[in-house]
Amino acid sequence: MRVLALDSSGLVASVAVVEGKEGNADACTIAEYTVNYKKTHSQTLLPMLDEVAKMTDLDLASIDAVAVAAGPGSFTGLRIGSATAKGLGLALEKPLIPVPTLEGLAYNLCGVGGLVCPIMDARRGQVYTGIYRFQDGEHLTVVEDQMAVSIEELGEKLKAYKEEVTFLGDGVPVFREVLETQIMKGEKIRFAPANMNRQRAASVGALGLIYYKEGKTQTAEEHKPDYLRVSQAERERKERMEHDTVSM
Amino acid sequence: MNQEKDVLILAIESSCDETAAAVVKNGREVCSNVISSQIALHTLYGGVVPEIASRKHIEKINQVICAALDEAGVTLADITAIGVTYGPGLVGALLVGVAEAKAIAYAAKKPLVGVHHIEGHIAANFIEHKELEPPFFSLVVSGGHTHLVRVKDYGKFDIIGRTRDDAAGEAFDKVARAIGLGYPGGPKIDKVAKEGNPDAIAFPRAHVEDAPYDFSFSGLKSAVLNYINGCRMKGEEYCQADVAASFQKAVTDVLVANAMHAVEEYQVDKFALAGGVASNSALRKAMKEACEERGVKFYYPSPVYCTDNAAMIGVAAYYEYLNGTRSGWDLNAVPNLKLGER
Repeated sequence: MRVLALDSSGLVASVAVVEGKEGNADACTIAEYTVNYKKTHSQTLLPMLDEVAKMTDLDLASIDAVAVAAGPGSFTGLRIGSATAKGLGLALEKPLIPVPTLEGLAYNLCGVGGLVCPIMDARRGQVYTGIYRFQDGEHLTVVEDQMAVSIEELGEKLKAYKEEVTFLGDGVPVFREVLETQIMKGEKIRFAPANMNRQRAASVGALGLIYYKEGKTQTAEEHKPDYLRVSQAERERKERMEHDTVSM
Repeated sequence: MNQEKDVLILAIESSCDETAAAVVKNGREVCSNVISSQIALHTLYGGVVPEIASRKHIEKINQVICAALDEAGVTLADITAIGVTYGPGLVGALLVGVAEAKAIAYAAKKPLVGVHHIEGHIAANFIEHKELEPPFFSLVVSGGHTHLVRVKDYGKFDIIGRTRDDAAGEAFDKVARAIGLGYPGGPKIDKVAKEGNPDAIAFPRAHVEDAPYDFSFSGLKSAVLNYINGCRMKGEEYCQADVAASFQKAVTDVLVANAMHAVEEYQVDKFALAGGVASNSALRKAMKEACEERGVKFYYPSPVYCTDNAAMIGVAAYYEYLNGTRSGWDLNAVPNLKLGER
């Protein structure tokens, strides 16, 4: 089967076509186009797909499903990826495979021993993160599901496992020093190299093949990003209402 | 054979708080017009919250598009081109429609036509007035816009006057909130004003010096707020209906005065009202009377085509399509897009 994969959850825009038997056996990346540049995803994502399609003589109708990094991430970035996937799914009448952003990111390091911990800078003193392990050297297993927590809280969780941890993601440049010198001081930690430390659509697509077999698909109509956070207005309203209740 | 010549536009609109899609045939016939409104949701916050609007758009957009195709009795294969609003509006909200439209157009191998939201509002007049053709003048009044526009041809505009501060609709929303009517302000003030005396309070009519067609509503808004505060300080009750009616009259007077000034100066014979505030009954009445006095034919759309909708975008897209406008796959949302620019 053939999966078209998109990731625009962070600073990187990435498009890939991945082929393989359902469940990722003999999977192969046909094309991957990843850009980490200041242009907005709205300007880059579809032209990138067009380039990939032209370069590989891709007939879009031959796609079996569209995998998309489904959150968390930049709210706007997620929606550009999701709306693109939904539009493709609608026009091609194909299902979507929502791949949690941090699982897709972790899958860059498929086969790595110990714990894999992608971190994305979530602002407001938090990271979007999750804790993963590769069972039998290949199967991604979720140790702790993706979440928005402070880097300190993440450190406490990680230390409890007493295992080597490999970090990756756009949160690394922000938190590397504090991880090395304070939070994870004395622990065995590593950082992923440049060729695999950011979102890659090929990883989203390869994982998508597995999730497709597991039945983790959605219709284009029902798909929406998983932001992991409510909007600021909703948060403030909730706080106000709680505050009002207390003061009454 | 005739069937083959029909141009069917699938149009998508998501610039503010309505998720909308429509199918329009040959620029004048609305085959479907589906609108998913978020007003109830934003009422909780006293106005449109951009992030919430964007989230709702992505939840509803496929459903709305599929409903528009179904109601028109067509499939994507029958569609000639895809039209989409790419500005002005809320950037996050616009991006949902733009990304969706691009992906559909790309996958279905259809031309893509980016549409200016205000051009859509003006084009709404073509739906029910088959005889209306450019050139004419239009006053676009909505929550985000107050433009006096000279429509020279399909897709060709000169902006003659614009607001220097608040949009007319914005002033309605702010005054409605101040006198306890809530959101959305336009329809609520319109309703309450019917019970009030429009000459009860003398609110100012602002004219911008050296720019006879420009508008300014922030002074009026402040005058209303000062009046209310003044009453409160004196411990007096103010009459909500009188404030609403007098405020509405002040807005209407300025809109009509500037519009009629242009009508006389440019010797206009057709005038079209457009935008959400175009469904305000006092404005319609005053504008109609002023036009009739001068022998000018007056047009306005039904309320459903005044507020944000995709049918109007489909009409505008049709004429842009005929003009040869095609958008690339890099089409971006432009929140402050100017009318007549690309």
